Amino acid sequence: MHSETVAQLQQGLRARKYSAVELTRALLARIESAQPALNAFISIESEAALAAAAVADQRLAAGDAPALTGVPIAHKDIFCAAGSRTTCGSKMLSNFISPYDSTVVARLRAAGAVVLGKTNMDEFAMGSSNETSHFGPVRNPWNLKLVPGGSSGGSAAAVAARLVPAATATDTGGSIRQPAALCGVTGLKPTYGRVSRYGMIAFASSLDQAGVLARTAEDVALLLKPMAGFDPRDSTSVECEVPDYQAALNQPLKGLRIGLLKEFFDQGLDPRIEALLRTALEQLRAQGATLTDVSLPNLPLSVPTYYVVAPAECSSNLARFDGVRFGHRCENPRDLKDLYERSRGEGFGAEVKRRIMTGTYVLSAGYYDAYYLKAQRVRALIAADFERAFSTVDVLIGPTTPTVAFEIGAKTNDPVTMYLNDIYTIGANLAGLPGVSIPCGLVDGLPAGLQIVGPHFSEARLLNVAHRYQQESDWHQRTPEAYR
Amino acid sequence: MAWETVIGLEIHAQLATRSKIFSGSATAFGAAPNAQANLVDLGYPGVLPVLNGAAVRMAVMFGLAIGARIAQRSVFARKNYFYPDLPKGYQISQYELPIVAGGQMDIVLEDGSAKRVGITRAHLEEDAGKSLHEGLPGQSGIDLNRAGTPLIEIVSEPDMRSAKEAVAYMKKVHTLVRYLRICDGNMQEGSFRCDANVSVRQVGSEKLGTRAEIKNINSFRFVEKAINYEVARQIEVLEGGGKVVQETRLYDPDRAETRSMRSKEEANDYRYFPDPDLLPVEIDNAYIEGIRAQLPELPDQKAQRFATQYGLSHYDALVLTASSELADYFEQVVQKLGGEPKLAANWVSGDLSGFLNRDGLEITHSRVDAAALAGLLARVRDNTISGKIAKDVFEAMWQDQQSADAIIAARGLQQITDDGPIEQAIAAVMAANPAQLADYRSGKDKLFGFFVGQVMKATQGKANPARLNELLKKLLSG
Amino acid sequence: MSLSRRDIENIAHLARLGLSDAEVPVYAESLNRIIALVGELDHAATEGVLPMSHPLPGLTQRLRADEVTESDQRELYQRNAAQVMAGLYLVPKVIE
Repeated sequence: MHSETVAQLQQGLRARKYSAVELTRALLARIESAQPALNAFISIESEAALAAAAVADQRLAAGDAPALTGVPIAHKDIFCAAGSRTTCGSKMLSNFISPYDSTVVARLRAAGAVVLGKTNMDEFAMGSSNETSHFGPVRNPWNLKLVPGGSSGGSAAAVAARLVPAATATDTGGSIRQPAALCGVTGLKPTYGRVSRYGMIAFASSLDQAGVLARTAEDVALLLKPMAGFDPRDSTSVECEVPDYQAALNQPLKGLRIGLLKEFFDQGLDPRIEALLRTALEQLRAQGATLTDVSLPNLPLSVPTYYVVAPAECSSNLARFDGVRFGHRCENPRDLKDLYERSRGEGFGAEVKRRIMTGTYVLSAGYYDAYYLKAQRVRALIAADFERAFSTVDVLIGPTTPTVAFEIGAKTNDPVTMYLNDIYTIGANLAGLPGVSIPCGLVDGLPAGLQIVGPHFSEARLLNVAHRYQQESDWHQRTPEAYR
Repeated sequence: MAWETVIGLEIHAQLATRSKIFSGSATAFGAAPNAQANLVDLGYPGVLPVLNGAAVRMAVMFGLAIGARIAQRSVFARKNYFYPDLPKGYQISQYELPIVAGGQMDIVLEDGSAKRVGITRAHLEEDAGKSLHEGLPGQSGIDLNRAGTPLIEIVSEPDMRSAKEAVAYMKKVHTLVRYLRICDGNMQEGSFRCDANVSVRQVGSEKLGTRAEIKNINSFRFVEKAINYEVARQIEVLEGGGKVVQETRLYDPDRAETRSMRSKEEANDYRYFPDPDLLPVEIDNAYIEGIRAQLPELPDQKAQRFATQYGLSHYDALVLTASSELADYFEQVVQKLGGEPKLAANWVSGDLSGFLNRDGLEITHSRVDAAALAGLLARVRDNTISGKIAKDVFEAMWQDQQSADAIIAARGLQQITDDGPIEQAIAAVMAANPAQLADYRSGKDKLFGFFVGQVMKATQGKANPARLNELLKKLLSG
Repeated sequence: MSLSRRDIENIAHLARLGLSDAEVPVYAESLNRIIALVGELDHAATEGVLPMSHPLPGLTQRLRADEVTESDQRELYQRNAAQVMAGLYLVPKVIE
């Protein structure tokens, strides 16, 4: 059962090949046994999962079951779920029981999905290697010495190790696409505003977006459908019809105009990854797509832009963690200042503190114009570059990451080296664009990702391209040996 | 050395919405602590603000009423600072693009002179919660019921030159927001309060002096006292060769002084930036004109109309239009009485207002309603009772809540207008006071008043004063 | 431009983050690297470019109807609080 996709599980459950409870038990057992090595989960919610699976079986039997009934999934531990511990990978929230459901959690529950647990992540989604989690690093199922990528490393590792067929995730600067690439799974970051941010603990509000990690583009489409759509609780969610993503998957690629991002095929890219990309592009051309070189001159500034905007928003978003209403509170504060400084000093890890301080600095008197405003202007230039590109091509294709997965601890000493991991993914966040990463080959036995970025609300097209590629390739079916 | 005072006010008016500015929590005053603080108000992880349309509408009403520009695009920003009553660690406010900019307010001072005060801007923001200190040794308790209540902050130009001008301006704004029904104006509950920026400079100097900001003053009386204290303090500092420090001060009504706020002493760096959780607020002309068309008659317009329509003095018109409820009451009295606006004006701004003040009642809770007062004034007009007796009847009406006619009948207070009984009373008084009569007749005219008094006493005040005067003159002169 | 020890302490104070003496130089070094990275923005020609604070252009704020939709959930919401008394959240004394 663990090797089946969401689409296959839907059929298997409806055909009563296995019950939801059997399926849930089987996967819970896999999760338990993989946990010591992978550390992909922060909370394993066996009891609640089995209860939900029992209900799913009743609904399946009664014939009144919504699309995902009985399908097991995991949520990144950034999504609040009523009555469930929601830690965001932080000591700050290690005892936080959410009193409410995020919209993503509520909608997937309404669609029938059974939640097996909450996945590990970089603390407050700040990281590219899943090493900043208070609950310890997640290990890459392809090689336990390596990082899975981040910040949604737990979700990516869980899908790659076939612990769950799909998991939710979030992407602020690449946190879905980058771990998808490093773990060899499919990950979609939708258009900003496509999926409600309500109940998703904020890192950088103008960049954060919820999405899906799964094995295939088809499975991503199946989960995205119920997740997406307007939410009156999120002022930035968009009132725009949600298309039938599944129905669009098989559309032929004839006439598809693919832009090759000159700035992505730069000297920082591992030539072996470039070679895999060229092969994949040939395959798409064989299906009728045309390839054009495209340049986005301001794109190289996306990393510095991001490392102003994201920390600025994070410094403000994380001010609410003050030890008063929720979250870690220091012992015996002497006074108010001590309460704040110790609760926050003890509750946040080093990378979170670093970003809060960076953000505080770039917003502070005398620096706001030089850093924050300047970055928002460059952001406008980058967005304009993308818009110009999309006037001549339908999608942009390039690598997801410059290299395959690196060793745990290799980049923890220098934040800037770590930040440069996101060089190919950040642009889409700055411009609010959707992007998908799909497996396109192996380098030294480790997965590499191909990234497709499209205009706003082009998820159906992105998944269509990804699906057509996956119809003609089997990289997405490759499974780490220990988890077959 | 002659000093000039310069004052600017930042008035915070809570908007009279049912729900909060960014959440569906109730805004009602007086709930149990934190019973009206929901996830958004508490700043729980993951929650997001959604803007209350009524707050926008009310801010636009205010802007139109002060002749300001309404921004078709305004932006919410975060003002970042740590304080226990501020759950998110930032206040959602408006900074660079407020919804209302550039208006003015005309005020009339006690000496009757007029002055125009400029209003720089008015912006929407959320109120903070409250810290309570009593009964919690070494600790403070935080109640976040007020957190997220919509406010408009109305920022004036530094146009005021005395505490009295500042009070007149604040009262005018208070009157306006209540006319517009966008704020209940309840100052005890903190619905309407202000910060005063006060500085002094040498007369003739163009340059503003260093200012102190006096925070959170919640009564007109305290505004006047706090400013006067602060002005005297600053002059004393300057004349002693010192320098005024730019700082935040708190007015302590018990000690009638301002003192430096230690907690806000350090220079604040609020790190404002546009709130990424909220989009720009865009409103079009049709929206603005729709609101303009529904604006009620404003205080200045109403005072102007009262002066011309009812022939009242400008002063009387101002007094009667101090609140729309008082003005409505007055107009009902005139309407029920079928005229006599001056008589009605005297009573409404005189006896009625006196009793309301004495009992601490609002006009809407008056124990004598407009119809009842009109009933009393009708008896004055038709000479059933004198103006003097009417005051007693009014007091009885206030007490017993009966009609004027019932009280007049029950107490036999009808005026004596027939000559016979008045003449009899005069004759008796003359007989009882022969010496005074002789003096009067020998030219002591001043004794006329003595005889009026005696006859009134004899008739228990019921003699028609005009008849009494005429008959007394005739009979005394023999 | 380079951040000093004093700068780091000021920033940490503004952000209310308690740092140990040993942590200060570590953050000074990494923040200086980050500041150098973001310093690349200086080279961008941005004259006349409007700052972009939202990724989707043209969207405007939706207005909610003025309705009370929440009821008292204090007991539930205060379960995550470290210290409450009589419905109040407790903090060390606030000095005004």
